[in-house]
Amino acid sequence: MTKQEWRRMGLGLAFISPWIIGFLAFTFYPMIASAYFSFTDFNVLNFDPDWLGLENYQEMFKYDRWFTQSLSVTFRYALMVIILGNLVTIPTAMLLNAKVRGLSFYRTFLFLPVVTPAVASAITWVWILNPKHGLINGILASIGVEGPYWLASPRTALISIVIVAIWHSGQAILIYLAGLQDIPTHLYEAAEIDGASFLGQIRHITIPLLTPQILFNVITGIIGALQEFGAPYIMTGGGPNNSTLMYGLHLYRRAFLDLRMGYASAMAWLLFIVILALTIIMMRTSQRWVFYGR
Amino acid sequence: MAQAVISRGSVRSPLARAINSTFVHAVLILLSIIFILPFVWMVSSSFKPDNEIFIIPPTIIPQDFRPQNYFEAVTSINFFGQLFNTMRYSFFAVIGALISNTLVAYGFSRIHWRGRDVVFIIVLATMMLPFAVRMIPLYVLFHRLGWLNTLLPLVIPAYCGNPFLIFLARQFFMSLPMELDDAARIDGCSEFGIFRRIALPLSKPVIAVIFINELMFTWNNFIGPLIYLRDPKSYTLSVGLQLYFTQHGAEWSLLMAAGTLFTLPMIILFFFAQRIFIEGITLTGIKG
Repeated sequence: MTKQEWRRMGLGLAFISPWIIGFLAFTFYPMIASAYFSFTDFNVLNFDPDWLGLENYQEMFKYDRWFTQSLSVTFRYALMVIILGNLVTIPTAMLLNAKVRGLSFYRTFLFLPVVTPAVASAITWVWILNPKHGLINGILASIGVEGPYWLASPRTALISIVIVAIWHSGQAILIYLAGLQDIPTHLYEAAEIDGASFLGQIRHITIPLLTPQILFNVITGIIGALQEFGAPYIMTGGGPNNSTLMYGLHLYRRAFLDLRMGYASAMAWLLFIVILALTIIMMRTSQRWVFYGR
Repeated sequence: MAQAVISRGSVRSPLARAINSTFVHAVLILLSIIFILPFVWMVSSSFKPDNEIFIIPPTIIPQDFRPQNYFEAVTSINFFGQLFNTMRYSFFAVIGALISNTLVAYGFSRIHWRGRDVVFIIVLATMMLPFAVRMIPLYVLFHRLGWLNTLLPLVIPAYCGNPFLIFLARQFFMSLPMELDDAARIDGCSEFGIFRRIALPLSKPVIAVIFINELMFTWNNFIGPLIYLRDPKSYTLSVGLQLYFTQHGAEWSLLMAAGTLFTLPMIILFFFAQRIFIEGITLTGIKG
């Protein structure tokens, strides 16, 4: 490298130095430490933890039945949030894109849940979904219908949390709206001339041209859903009957209630590997289903 | 024939043509009502006396207004102490985020250096790392530094930048013409001088986006304060409200009053700065 190149590199590194320091102290070192902990019986108090090899990883699948439960709950949750979420957000974005008046007015309302503090909205939803006196069952009761027990029943608790998550998905709606606004209208006009039906236009123009946004929302949605912690922690505590025991909550309890930090670190690494694998699979297959032809 | 169709088709999406706009409005109004109903219910419950809270059918407009709920909520939850902690956290973290993310993004966009793009990929890759992986070692680290029950574990990392905000600011800096820097360089301006006198003054939109994002993140952050703050005196509103909820789960009017006070600043901010919230999304440039 020339003297000039060295100088520029020094300057560049100087500008990004806050990130380098933060990366080393708050990301790289913790990653190494947690990988090490995951092979030990570390519990915060023992400064010299015993090496366990793969025991923590084996224990997850062999002996910890709440682990398998949390894995299944979390996958079901992620699947429902992604599928039901997109069934709400994509059509909503299409309606917003229908060139109706008052777009900014509707957009405000749909985005409002996003800016609400998670704790405040979680507590409010527990109250709304209260089986006896909540808003929903209260209204149902006044017309003589007995509503479901929502968060209080193992059958409906998880779907209740999914509903709250979808209520928070204004960000995805706006991303889809931005994507829809970019679709050139002459494509629809051409399709119309060729006699394409309304559903045909959605299937062959709207959805294919929206795939970049779908890919983005699905990847960020899955990464977020697999890490969900606040909603079950505040709204159900994992209950009733462990029906909402999500992975993040189980991990937190193993780490900070049972003080099994080595075991929890192993759980965290498994989560990371799952997230990494899913992201790579989606990026790889995206070449086949995401339309980049613009 | 085809000509006539083109002129009639004009610029409307297929939905607008398939269904008439009354239907679109009806659905959008219904959706809007569903989306804001929780807020209405929260505010309405916050003004109700205890005996009205449990009435069926539920009342949306309280028959008996009871503003004292707010006074009781504020005193029994130590609201102002926790508000003060939250505000201090937000204040120092926002300053850190503004300084660090702009500096780092500048280094990743306006200066060409060897290996820059490889390092930037590492920045983006860290976004995939779950917090759970870092959580335990960070807890141990801050525990040994004696930082637990202080705001330091929450505030100091903000001074090291956040991958998403670095990405946003970089996107923005890359859109500014490079000729500006070259002209300043010829005039003998230092690199930091270019950053401070040329890049920053032109970056108000992205500075606003960083400000809003970090403020919203710190105000809402739950897991961070939950882990690092164990002493009730150091609680932020998130953890304070959650703890009160676990201890007094049936005091709905007080909980809703506290929740309203907690939410209100964000809603006011959103109404004044709505454009900036939405700009943050378009800045990501998730396009085909």
